Amino acid sequence: MTRSLTLLRRRLVGSVFVLLIVVIGTFLLLEAAPGDAVDAYIASTGGDAGMIELLRHRWGLDQSALTRLANYLWALLHLDLGQSVSFSRPIRDVILERLPNTLLLMGSATALSFGLGSALGIYAGARPGSFRDRFLSIGSLALYAVPGFWLGLVLIIVFAVDLRWFPIGGIESLASAKTGLDRAVDIASHLVLPVSALGFIYLALYLRMMRAGMAEVWRQDFVLAARAKGLSRRRIVLAHVARNALLPLVTMLGLQSAQMLGGSVVIESVFSVPGLGRLAQEAVAARDTPLLLGIILTSAVLVVVINLLVDIAYVFLDPRVGANEASA
Amino acid sequence: MSDFTISRRTVLTGSVLLLTSTALPTIGLAQTPKKGGRLVVAADSEPRNLNPAIVASNGVFFISSKIVETLAEASFEGKDGLDPRLAIGWEGAADGLSVTFKLREGVKWHDGKPFTSADVAFSALQIWKPLQNLGRTVFKDLEAVDTPDELTAVFKFAKPTPFQLIRNALPALSSVVPKHIYETGKIEENPANNAPVGTGPFKFAEHKSGEYYRLEKNADYWGKDQPYLDEIIYQVLPDRTSAASALEAEEIQLAAFSAVPLADLDRISKVPGLKVITKGYEGLTYQLVVEINHRRKELADLKVRQAIAHAIDKDFVVKTVFLGYAATATGPVPKNDPQFYTADVPTYDFDVAKANALLDEAGYSKGDDGKRFSLKLLPAPYFNETKQFGDYLRQALAAIGIDAQLVNNDSAAHIKAVYTDHAFDLAVGPPVFRGDPAISTTILVQSGIPDGVPFSNQGGYKNDELDALIAKASETLDPAARTELYKEFQKKVAADLPLINVAEWNFISVIRDTVGNVANNPRWAVSNWADTYLAG
Repeated sequence: MTRSLTLLRRRLVGSVFVLLIVVIGTFLLLEAAPGDAVDAYIASTGGDAGMIELLRHRWGLDQSALTRLANYLWALLHLDLGQSVSFSRPIRDVILERLPNTLLLMGSATALSFGLGSALGIYAGARPGSFRDRFLSIGSLALYAVPGFWLGLVLIIVFAVDLRWFPIGGIESLASAKTGLDRAVDIASHLVLPVSALGFIYLALYLRMMRAGMAEVWRQDFVLAARAKGLSRRRIVLAHVARNALLPLVTMLGLQSAQMLGGSVVIESVFSVPGLGRLAQEAVAARDTPLLLGIILTSAVLVVVINLLVDIAYVFLDPRVGANEASA
Repeated sequence: MSDFTISRRTVLTGSVLLLTSTALPTIGLAQTPKKGGRLVVAADSEPRNLNPAIVASNGVFFISSKIVETLAEASFEGKDGLDPRLAIGWEGAADGLSVTFKLREGVKWHDGKPFTSADVAFSALQIWKPLQNLGRTVFKDLEAVDTPDELTAVFKFAKPTPFQLIRNALPALSSVVPKHIYETGKIEENPANNAPVGTGPFKFAEHKSGEYYRLEKNADYWGKDQPYLDEIIYQVLPDRTSAASALEAEEIQLAAFSAVPLADLDRISKVPGLKVITKGYEGLTYQLVVEINHRRKELADLKVRQAIAHAIDKDFVVKTVFLGYAATATGPVPKNDPQFYTADVPTYDFDVAKANALLDEAGYSKGDDGKRFSLKLLPAPYFNETKQFGDYLRQALAAIGIDAQLVNNDSAAHIKAVYTDHAFDLAVGPPVFRGDPAISTTILVQSGIPDGVPFSNQGGYKNDELDALIAKASETLDPAARTELYKEFQKKVAADLPLINVAEWNFISVIRDTVGNVANNPRWAVSNWADTYLAG
């Protein structure tokens, strides 16, 4: 347990610097984009010079970029994410409203791609070079090459429009007043298509990694020893080869979480899921800098936390990891 | 032309009625409206402010016009093209200094308080005039609103203001909000801006950000037996393709404002149970316009502007970019406007040879590479069609030796580049004609507008004669004389080309055929839907 605590402390100090760089970088990038929140707003309403001046003043955009950044960081120090310009609501509320949907989508998709990907990887890696190995490798690669939005649209046309098995989008039925189990089932049925679209794309990564890892392990001496002992092939594959090939996959899981967040921008738009990804896209279009910063901070914290969990899991999965750090 | 359509429709209706009365009694065409039901509608955006008295824009009206009503609504048959709503009568004084509104009796706000002339006075003086995007122009001379009794409001103007303009502005600019809710605190920060309280047939129920808006029936509505629907839900569908899929999957019943892309209409019109409707947007005509930066020396030359006008094949644009769902334009007032339009203006046929000759005459001969000069072209990103027309214009200009560099921006960047930084030579814009040239059309060519005002003349164009004409029309009280001045205005704009009007279009609705009483006024998508119903 102390090993994980040391790890945790070290990681947190490092993370604060990472987050600070992310915030300042994002702020400057959005500052460099032409047009501000008022320009984005009047694009849909129009308005005269006096009104535009009034809006700039009210939204604090008449202050210099440096002042705004300083104000933002000062507020952030007090754990205040500020007020969204495009929602005219506290950013914390806006993000907390969307976060569960993204976590649900991302979590399920990760579970799908990791679970199915490694299972198929084991199946393929159990007999390297066989027909099923080739078939699965090529098939998963083909899926990986498919753009997410396209896969999403195809799933919608086939399963929502033609077959009508699942709803075309959203996170749950509109204003349905469902509660408890009914609501859970309703949300699950809304998630099937977006989770498949997001999960199937990243499946290839885990499948191929598992398979490659296993091919490597097959050549190791201890596999030969296990064979010589007369262990069943099934036991060799699962307990010796697959277990040893699993570790890099867990690392990948942490790294992938950032990419999943990015992929969910597209999937959330196609399936009209009210999540963080879509919110980020809207924040950029509206030039709502504080909102975008809030989303990026949340995502960054999320990625850091997931990686931390992965590291901690590693400590338990592989006794060799962390031993040095703890004694140092 | 229109006579023919009407007579044909009458004949068809007649025969269908005959059929239904004998054989198929369930497929009624004009059956009595049914009560109840939930109408689910596609929405592509969530406006940050839902108060139509402050933000008079179609995105806001689409939702809030069902909750907050105006003094009058546009109408196909009504006198002066209007139907009464909160006002039942309006009269302008001969000197143009006052307009008297008689208000509807027995109207209640959604919170139960009575609607009175004080609400109208408050909305006009505290919101329309100082805060509303369009009202700041139209009501700029409004000085006071007298309320001799609870059902009379008399607008007093500091300078003579044409009654015709006020009348034409009523459908879009006169949303009345309750004084008792807005009189305390800052109007811009009032929570009712995001949960409007009005007198309309539907009450605001809830908004789940990113998911939907829900409106529910106002049981105390003044309209007899109205509204018919129990609920309206606006489902937020941000993706361009999802509205069509949702219609096909029967998850929504209506996609307005061309939410279904033009390219999909042909296919979707063949889906059983879905109808493509082009009616109901006559009062919201969008214009496809080439905005010109007259600070560029080449473009300050009338011959060059004429050459560009001759280089554009308007018929091709209508057929290819708009797939036929548009009309070619002759000038700054659209053809479908019943009051002001005149066809008697200089026109520019598609004639590449003539365009080339004009450019030669202007002294811009082709270089060795076949190019005369280069231009920066910025198509507005708001519509597929403005972007596609940008691509077309680039090719059309190449044919006359003008090398146009396309610059594509998102909305915020486009607004800044064109209207504040003037960093363009040509831009493609979609201004809206709002029933009267003084509301948002003359501003496109008038001089003296400060930098940064969107959808206005930011091309540095200045024509004293045209400015004088616009000023004169703004104070001419006699409607006939005023209309004549705007006809003169159209001629002058078409002759001097401060901008080039290419086409004008109205939106398309795709609707389930179970939805009744649709498209029955010229601003249907943004009207109150009190009589809309769901059959079956």
